[in-house]
Amino acid sequence: MKEIYFDNNATTRVADEVFEEMQPYFCRLYGNPSSMHTFGGQVGVKIREAREQVARLLGCDPSEIIFTSCGTESDSTAIHGTLAAVPHRRKVITTRVEHPAVLTVCRELESHGYHVVELGVDKLGRLDLNELESELDDDTALVTIMYANNETGVVFPIEQIAEMVTSRGITLHTDGVQIAGKMPLNLSESPINLLSLSGHKLHAPKGAGVLYVKKGTRIAPFLLGGHQEGGRRAGTENVPGIIALGKACELAAEHMKEENTRVKRLRDKLESAILKSCPDSRVNGDREHRLPNTTNISFEYVEGEAILLLLDRYGICASSGSACTSGSLEPSHVLRAMGVPFTAAHGSIRFSLSRYNTEDQVDFTIAKMPEIIERLRELSPFVQAATR
Amino acid sequence: MWEYTEKLKDHFFNPRNVGEVEDADGVGEVGSLACGDALKLTFKLDKNGRIKDAKFKTFGCASAIATSSVLTELIKGKTLDEAMQVTNKDIADYLGGLPEQKMHCSVMGREALEAAVDNYRGGGTTKHELEGRVVCTCFGVTDQEIERVIRENDLTSVEQVTNYCKAGGGCGGCHGEIEKIIEAVQGERVKEQAVTPPRKGKKLTTIQKIQLVQQTINEQVRPALRTHGGNIELVDVEGNKVTVAFRGMCAQCKLAEYTMKDVVEAKLREFVSGDLYVEEDTDSVDEGHEHRG
Repeated sequence: MKEIYFDNNATTRVADEVFEEMQPYFCRLYGNPSSMHTFGGQVGVKIREAREQVARLLGCDPSEIIFTSCGTESDSTAIHGTLAAVPHRRKVITTRVEHPAVLTVCRELESHGYHVVELGVDKLGRLDLNELESELDDDTALVTIMYANNETGVVFPIEQIAEMVTSRGITLHTDGVQIAGKMPLNLSESPINLLSLSGHKLHAPKGAGVLYVKKGTRIAPFLLGGHQEGGRRAGTENVPGIIALGKACELAAEHMKEENTRVKRLRDKLESAILKSCPDSRVNGDREHRLPNTTNISFEYVEGEAILLLLDRYGICASSGSACTSGSLEPSHVLRAMGVPFTAAHGSIRFSLSRYNTEDQVDFTIAKMPEIIERLRELSPFVQAATR
Repeated sequence: MWEYTEKLKDHFFNPRNVGEVEDADGVGEVGSLACGDALKLTFKLDKNGRIKDAKFKTFGCASAIATSSVLTELIKGKTLDEAMQVTNKDIADYLGGLPEQKMHCSVMGREALEAAVDNYRGGGTTKHELEGRVVCTCFGVTDQEIERVIRENDLTSVEQVTNYCKAGGGCGGCHGEIEKIIEAVQGERVKEQAVTPPRKGKKLTTIQKIQLVQQTINEQVRPALRTHGGNIELVDVEGNKVTVAFRGMCAQCKLAEYTMKDVVEAKLREFVSGDLYVEEDTDSVDEGHEHRG
């Protein structure tokens, strides 16, 4: 059985072109880019190229790119690095729907005496910018707000937020892991100070990430012990990973239009067909301001893990915000912050597409979904009372 | 991904005895939509008092559905007394084991059975009755239920208790009480594992006292508030007066004065000094903190 992969917000397949590009740098061109000899030096040239490729996707200068090991490292570096650079300021503003790579770090800061404000969201997962504005003050060191939400795909108005925040001399970091490669960015024209990106979300392998640092942004290094990345991130470079990431960014730019036309159309088709064929289902999040590849659908009276396992039998890969899949006993913090009722949160399924998905895969899933939901509802003690 | 046994998968993909028995002699219901799993069990007896037919309806994950299916298979043909001997461990063993975090599914099966038998014998409510005092308010678990899973499954940690009956899996505010119940049941065996609270006793310097107050708030109070979207900030310590401010959800909570202040005070007296008292600073809560409903 061939898998139907609709879990691209979790990770993506490595593009063939990317794999080809990185392959020589394992066994043949294994030199250290810091070495003086030609053998190592030629690797350094490739890293410079990769830096330029990333910069082109983000619309910034190559010198503003720091390579890291993952999105989580980029987030931690941005947060701790900024706070270390402005030690007299003790307030951090974030949101309740951030990825744990940001939220957990911010909550930990509280134990060190920081005042952390977590902005709430409305039913559609949107922020209240007036609330943000009223929180900005002279004590605020950092505002860290994600560009697009990994669970719902809801996109925040980061440009507007960045304008509001940076005009007061406060640093703005955004976790751009989900947006990069899916929607166009032009950071040289943007006031955003810091942006995190992860390679494996855009068809590069796991183990390479980027932190964009706008020129003039004060940030202290997080990893010390070497001159790599201009002293801003010590440690021998993940050479094949970085080369792969560069190539993946180049490809992402080429496929940007497809992502927002063909992939978006497939997502819309999948979503509207499921809503139509499965009663008591609803979309979570603002459908207007959303990533082109993501849909998060709740099915009342049934539980997400059970849905996933039935999908899995057909080779369909998706994910859920239900308690049972998170390993905790409560459903997703994002859906709870949005006030999605527990009944719906337990039965939420996220489909996230990529350019490798086909119309046939979408049609197949559309055909299977009603029987899966119907089957679980036959088992559910709540259905009779509620709908029949 | 959970590691499920082939047997569990079989009972999930091909559940036995789905539905409701007509003219049931006993009906038992446990769980709720909010909790993430729920089970309705119905059975009918033959003229010899043996369970002739048993059916279930379950809302929940794969292991909740599979354990329900197994439960009905296990009790068929048994007298009620025999059926009541079935433990959550029997259900789990039948499936070749359950992931630790899913043990509560097997406990739910046993509870539904008890509720159904009680319903038949007493003819009263079909709901699983809460016996004892509620310890975990997030999931509505009583001290007696916690004691029972500890005894029947020989549990020694809070984490295990959470896996078996969900108690302590929400805000975490009841972890201390669960630890006490474990100690009471298991005695000396677990005493040494208990977490040692921050040092207390000697006279503290002012700086030490402030640090200990801050540490206690960080470790003992904030995590519980956090899960409810609230927060607490230490504003000042003056002699024995500790001033704190509640933020987020807690700031608007009308009960804040009666509940949170008392909780904080109790924790500070336990971990820092018995003379401390807490006052709430309402001035420092700025306007911007209101959350939309």
